[in-house]
Amino acid sequence: MTNLVEIANLNFGYNSRLVLKGINLTVPKGSLVAIMGLSGCGKTTLLRLMGGQLRASEGTVTVAGEKLNDLSQAELYRFRRKLGMLFQFGALFTDLSVFDNVAFQMREHTDLSETFIQDLTLLKLNAVGLRGMHHMMPSELSGGMARRVALARAIALDPQLMLYDEPFTGLDPISLGVIGQLIRKLNDTLGTTSVLVTHDVQESLKIVDYIYFVSDGVIVAQGTPDEIRGSDLPFVHQFIWGEMDGPMPFHYPAQSLKHDLELMGG
Amino acid sequence: MTNIVSGIRIVGDRTLKIVERIGAIASFLFSILIHSAASFKRFSLTIREVYFAGVQSLIIILVSGLFVGMVLGLQGHETLQRYGSEDSVGVLVALSLVRELGPVVSALLFASRAGSAITAEIGLMKATEQLSAMEMMAVNPISRVVAPRFWGGVISLPLLALLFSAMGIIGGYLIAVVLIGVDSGSFWSQMQSAVDFEHDIVNGIIKSLVFGVAISAIATFEGYEAPPTAEGVSGATTRTVVSSSLAVLALDLVLTAFMLKGWN
Amino acid sequence: MERSTLNLWVGIFVLLGFFSFLMLAFKVGNLNLSSSNETYIVTAHFDNIGQLKERAPIRSAGVLVGRVKAIQFDSKQYNAEVKLAIDSQFKFPVDTSASILTSGILGEQYVSLDAGGDDKYLKNGDQIKLVQGAVVLEKLIGQFLYNKAQDTSSTKGAAK
Repeated sequence: MTNLVEIANLNFGYNSRLVLKGINLTVPKGSLVAIMGLSGCGKTTLLRLMGGQLRASEGTVTVAGEKLNDLSQAELYRFRRKLGMLFQFGALFTDLSVFDNVAFQMREHTDLSETFIQDLTLLKLNAVGLRGMHHMMPSELSGGMARRVALARAIALDPQLMLYDEPFTGLDPISLGVIGQLIRKLNDTLGTTSVLVTHDVQESLKIVDYIYFVSDGVIVAQGTPDEIRGSDLPFVHQFIWGEMDGPMPFHYPAQSLKHDLELMGG
Repeated sequence: MTNIVSGIRIVGDRTLKIVERIGAIASFLFSILIHSAASFKRFSLTIREVYFAGVQSLIIILVSGLFVGMVLGLQGHETLQRYGSEDSVGVLVALSLVRELGPVVSALLFASRAGSAITAEIGLMKATEQLSAMEMMAVNPISRVVAPRFWGGVISLPLLALLFSAMGIIGGYLIAVVLIGVDSGSFWSQMQSAVDFEHDIVNGIIKSLVFGVAISAIATFEGYEAPPTAEGVSGATTRTVVSSSLAVLALDLVLTAFMLKGWN
Repeated sequence: MERSTLNLWVGIFVLLGFFSFLMLAFKVGNLNLSSSNETYIVTAHFDNIGQLKERAPIRSAGVLVGRVKAIQFDSKQYNAEVKLAIDSQFKFPVDTSASILTSGILGEQYVSLDAGGDDKYLKNGDQIKLVQGAVVLEKLIGQFLYNKAQDTSSTKGAAK
């Protein structure tokens, strides 16, 4: 099985502060891989590096055979036609209807006739179960429905690689389950490869093939869902079972409580 | 002594920031122009923005134009009466509107009505990751989102300024001729012999075109560069209104100086 | 909003703008397509043009027949060369005279043409020979005072 995404010895930093340190990561073709970690650990940055929105400071990011470090701006735009991305809150175009949102890429990038675009768009909406909603505006949709429309929009041109940025954030349990199942189903039926960035452990363990744990800019653990569940690494254990104290301490470093209180009391 | 030095330092710092900002806006304008070809191919996008920037500003422009013209008629008549030349009130109304008030006042109204809306819209699209999403769909947001709004503004403002002037002259006519009773014939004929097509009307249109470019560039720039937060977008909207109003007044001074002295 | 209604509104907007342009150009301004296009140019040399400006009106019998196109100093003859653009529908004999007059007491200055009797007409590039420059108020007053002074001194001399 070949790898669609290969990241080797990646360093990345904003200004001089390194956010990602020595990342090595591969995503085999056709698989569904999750990148997990706490908020602010650099996992969204990793996703943006795969989409070519950020450039690696050191090391290489290879996606679908293209070395992203070497691509020019125009080549990056051409490369992105192979990608689909689902943003955290959907990022639907608020001035376009549901139908126009899904048809957006077809109209921008293809010369398909309007009747063909209409059929294709309704099929994509049907795949996420929202064909009946095509005339609505994004502001009229609930969070879960907006996320599904955004998913239909992302798969509009049958991308080789799907990137999901926190797809489960802010959803009720039912919508959450629906989105999770859709991600798995679309990955398998369309033959796509998917990378999922999330901190929702329970939902992702149900659907993904392989998991990378990122903490403080480095990969601290990796494995299949079963391996992760059985892991005795303290960090992974704390993360999965949501324990209050562990390697990630409950208290942020501070002066002693006694010192602070005396100061307040004068 | 140190107060003076730090005062000078603050002034210098601010000046540098302003120059830096002008440079950033200029290079943004340049990249809009480069990416405009794609948006001209699908002109319906620009027509949509003409609707939002131009048609939706119609009411405020027409009403303000009428009122400004009426006030000019009243004040002009009052002043000219002292010299016994109240017949020239038409000249006064027409020249002030066509040369100055039409382009400048409609530009100021446009900056606060349409410019702020453009900034807020682009800023919110950025804050809700719509621009990022577009980039990831291999569509350049400058040519898809920014350029149509820019050209919509550039097309709309000269038309609005013409409407403002025309409305104002009608307002002046209503006050001076219909209400006060200045002779209608001399109102129009004196106006016609004093207002020159090239020197007054065409120059007025040139002014409003320049203002349209400045306001649209500032409004789209502020939206595009707005920090993606609620305060970021509201701050950018305020900055659009303030800096494009100042830009209009400063450009007006420069353009008027050149137009009065001749371009060579 | 439906695209067709949107287009309709933009169409109305553009038409309104265009009509106000027409109103400003023809009703408010002096644009006149029928006459302003075709003119012929004749020159006239004046000793003094006073306050005459470019684009000042040219009138004959009080009727507007053209506008001053250019004014420049003739460094050979040391006088002012004025180019007159006259509407081609108006023909003037070659012995027409040009003078610079003032409309009203303090009004703007204009060029007045008085037709002569020749049967040949002025054409593009010709020169008007008979000219009368502007009356300069200071000179007039100076002359008046001078005459007055001379009058009084001569009457005083007679009284002695």
